[in-house]
Amino acid sequence: MLARHPCALTQARAFRFWAAMPPEPQTQSPAAAPITAGGMWLGVRKVSVLVPGIVVFAVAFGAAAAAKGMSLLETVLMSGLVYGGVSQLVAMEIWRPEWTWGAIAGLAVVTATVNARMILQGAALQPWFAQYSKTLNAFHLFFYTDANWLIGTRYHNEGGRDLGVLVGAGLALWLVWVGATIPGHMLGALVSDPRRYGIDLVMPIFFAAMIVPLWRGRRGAVPWVVAGLAALVTAKLFDGYAFIIVGSLAGAITGAFRDDPA
Amino acid sequence: MTLPDPGTWGPMLAIAAMAVATYLCRISGVALMSVIPLTPHVRRGLAALPGSIVVATVLPLIERLGVAAAIALLVAIGSMILRRSELLALLTGMAAISAMRALGF
Repeated sequence: MLARHPCALTQARAFRFWAAMPPEPQTQSPAAAPITAGGMWLGVRKVSVLVPGIVVFAVAFGAAAAAKGMSLLETVLMSGLVYGGVSQLVAMEIWRPEWTWGAIAGLAVVTATVNARMILQGAALQPWFAQYSKTLNAFHLFFYTDANWLIGTRYHNEGGRDLGVLVGAGLALWLVWVGATIPGHMLGALVSDPRRYGIDLVMPIFFAAMIVPLWRGRRGAVPWVVAGLAALVTAKLFDGYAFIIVGSLAGAITGAFRDDPA
Repeated sequence: MTLPDPGTWGPMLAIAAMAVATYLCRISGVALMSVIPLTPHVRRGLAALPGSIVVATVLPLIERLGVAAAIALLVAIGSMILRRSELLALLTGMAAISAMRALGF
């Protein structure tokens, strides 16, 4: 229900676009670089299936923030400006009432390592983004998340080229994420143990489910095996989230030096 | 020390620091790839990247979260193979982990 909100304005226009072009403009040439209201609406519909999980995740974050003594304003600001669920939950682990410049710098470094996967996720879809202006990319990348990346990757693999899909999905999810943080903060005590409901598994489940549409046969999976092994070894050796970067790069490099057509 | 102490602005500055760090992560991969030429090797590397990110993210998390989490993710993948619905995969996966944790696994 929340997901429809952001597109109430564009919905009327979306229908006009629909009459003129197919809802998924798969036949667009790369040079066209379309961004349409119809695409944005498609993005909202694609992201709507992820909304229940994101709501639960946002409520869990709001509750954790309340437990750490953050004000509602601070909690909402963090959700709105950072907009990175895992990094926000990790920040709650090291949140404190008093801040020194050193502690702030430390928090920034931890946040960057948790979110470093976004560097690779951005790189993976850059050939698509390159057709659009820097200003537009700088804008929509603010709303770029795991969910956007999953949706965008799948849509692009299926031949879709309308950037509106990412913009619509990103804006809708941002509203849901920020909106659901508020009841989480207020109802804090009700979800004192998010683990019990499997909330810590929301993102891992989305990621694991993504393997199915990405599957291109066993040969295509060789880089994934390398990525998985490298990540496991890195996770054993180092604390934190460095394993994502090391594993992903190992997989990409393996893929780069195999002879299969991409 | 030339900087004044963060004081009451501490939480706001901490949030701002997180926001800047995160936005830099969001744009830097795209900015970096816009200066690297798309050779066939780079193209193949990029093609292998999505699956690699997924596997590299999930496998160590399973290792950290335990056997129950691994089973829940397998249930979710199975649901995805049968129905291709992310929502259904999420529901079955979370139902599986909730049930197993309630039973004490």
